[in-house]
Amino acid sequence: MKKKNRFKVSLQQRRVFAGYLFILPWFVGFLVFYVRSLIMTGQFAFSEMVIDTINGGYTLTPVGLENFRYAFLEHGTFKQVLTTSVTNMLVDVPLITFFSLFMAILLNKKFPGRFIVRAIFFLPIILNADAVTDVRALAEMMAGGSSGQAVEITESAAATLAFDVDYLINMFMNLGLPAKVLDYITQAVARINDIISLSGVQIIIFIAALQSIPSSMYEVAKMEGATGYETFWKITFPMVMPHIITNVVYTIVDSFTNSEVVTLARTTMDQYQYGLSAVFSLSSTIITCVILVAVCAFIQKKTFYYN
Amino acid sequence: MKLSRVKKAFRDPYQMMLLMNDIKKFALSLLQVAIIIGVAYVILSPVITMFVNAISSNKDAVNPMVFIFPEAPTLERFALAAKRLEYWPTIAKNLLYVLSLTALQVLICSTVGYGFARFDFPFKKFLFGCVVVMIVIPSHTIMLPLYVTFREFDPMGLITAFLGGPINLMGGPWPMYVMSFFGCGLRAGLYIYIFNQFFRGLPKEIEEAAFVDGAGVWYTYFNIMLRNAMPAVITVTVFSIVWQFNDTFFSNLFLIGDDIVISKKISTLQAVIAGEDKILNPAIQELYVDAGILLILVPVVIIYLLLQRYFIEGVERSGIVG
Repeated sequence: MKKKNRFKVSLQQRRVFAGYLFILPWFVGFLVFYVRSLIMTGQFAFSEMVIDTINGGYTLTPVGLENFRYAFLEHGTFKQVLTTSVTNMLVDVPLITFFSLFMAILLNKKFPGRFIVRAIFFLPIILNADAVTDVRALAEMMAGGSSGQAVEITESAAATLAFDVDYLINMFMNLGLPAKVLDYITQAVARINDIISLSGVQIIIFIAALQSIPSSMYEVAKMEGATGYETFWKITFPMVMPHIITNVVYTIVDSFTNSEVVTLARTTMDQYQYGLSAVFSLSSTIITCVILVAVCAFIQKKTFYYN
Repeated sequence: MKLSRVKKAFRDPYQMMLLMNDIKKFALSLLQVAIIIGVAYVILSPVITMFVNAISSNKDAVNPMVFIFPEAPTLERFALAAKRLEYWPTIAKNLLYVLSLTALQVLICSTVGYGFARFDFPFKKFLFGCVVVMIVIPSHTIMLPLYVTFREFDPMGLITAFLGGPINLMGGPWPMYVMSFFGCGLRAGLYIYIFNQFFRGLPKEIEEAAFVDGAGVWYTYFNIMLRNAMPAVITVTVFSIVWQFNDTFFSNLFLIGDDIVISKKISTLQAVIAGEDKILNPAIQELYVDAGILLILVPVVIIYLLLQRYFIEGVERSGIVG
């Protein structure tokens, strides 16, 4: 009897064991594919790597900071690509966040045909495939020469129809809006296509967030005579604030994985400059993480948590 | 009736206020409809252009007067594009690949998410932090080590022990299966996160009742919890199918052949059509490419349309966010 007791495990211990079992596959994968890979990337960055294509395997010769020195001081395009990627991202993040919040509020209302509209709005997630966009761009570029005439005709037709944007811009300039702000807005409008196609997931996240706001809050606000404007800034905005962080994180990571730094790292890898490629990946990742932490800390300070 | 209301409004200030309110509401909803239609057009316009291109004949392609409605629509482009893409066998293989990976992802990620949501064990917070790290780290950082790992695949020397040397898994879909099986597939971190959030939102009483009735943890999980998690399952399924189908990063990295990944074939379609069919006008080639792209998108769009109703409801209920 006594012996049996010694091997008996309490319910709690059993649940701890079961919990570890549930996460075991992921844990193994995380160790092998992430922890090990990150350490390896670090190693590659500090050494020159030669892959033996015939027998397999590779040799590493430690070279210290040579790869970093080359990347930052001698490489022709790396610094430029890195800065453009970072600035593009910093420009895009607020635009995408506010656009998706705005669209989510519109789509969250009950109106006839909203299922069709929502289906259309999530299409960019499907259509935004890299392969598809690349092929289309290539085909259009090649076709550009011969069907140029048609394009020209449509453009001139559009010019007569479209109304004068410069007039509007001038008007706002005369009103005393700073030129930088106007520039930002006009650029945003010009890139509305990209912004829409990048905000599919963000719209979904915001719709989910809006759905989770208790309707009693809006009822109270209405009873107390709040206007729509006040309701938005006092209820909707604070309540979706925690999800803004989620969205910002998603947008930053997404824009970095699609940025040109990745393309550069890949082409460098294809040219067998593995150490250099590792430096590119590593430095862009570190910069992403720094930006993420900074932005999150900044937003977190202003965030209101309901629970 | 409207007129009488206006007349009344001029006599009675209260009626006036109501009328103004209604007008304001109407104007606002008009604005909203305008914005929604505008954005929907921006989203749909590339699809419309591609479709118009794909059905217009050679004559329409060079005719500047043709806009949206081709004069002599043709389906020939689809036929040739399908032939050159070897559409049916490739798409069948591709769908098999994507759907099996999706099933694996859903199974593994939901298990892991459930483990994090319902069990208390030491270092849980730290380990869940690792999941978030997985979401945040761009996959290109670990690109090179993954390449090396799968080129000489030899987990703990097991393969060397049995086959006498590491095997090269490059060029096939196996690396993707291995990674998905160990919960590190394409965007697996995000899926684990979604499942974790969802399971945390389910009432604990269900499991307690099951436990009292004598069900073990695995039985409870597979027969009770997973069935209740349908909204989250559908959300993850849709995301996983779409992203896996569109993924070029991993299929390029692991050199997965274009007989399995059809989106790789599309990038050579233009050259193939120029070479095999002697269609040398790039403007005409573009029409074939558009037809090919539409053909590729069709299966995903169909799956998406079938699931989207559940998907959006699922998103609303699954608490995709914290």
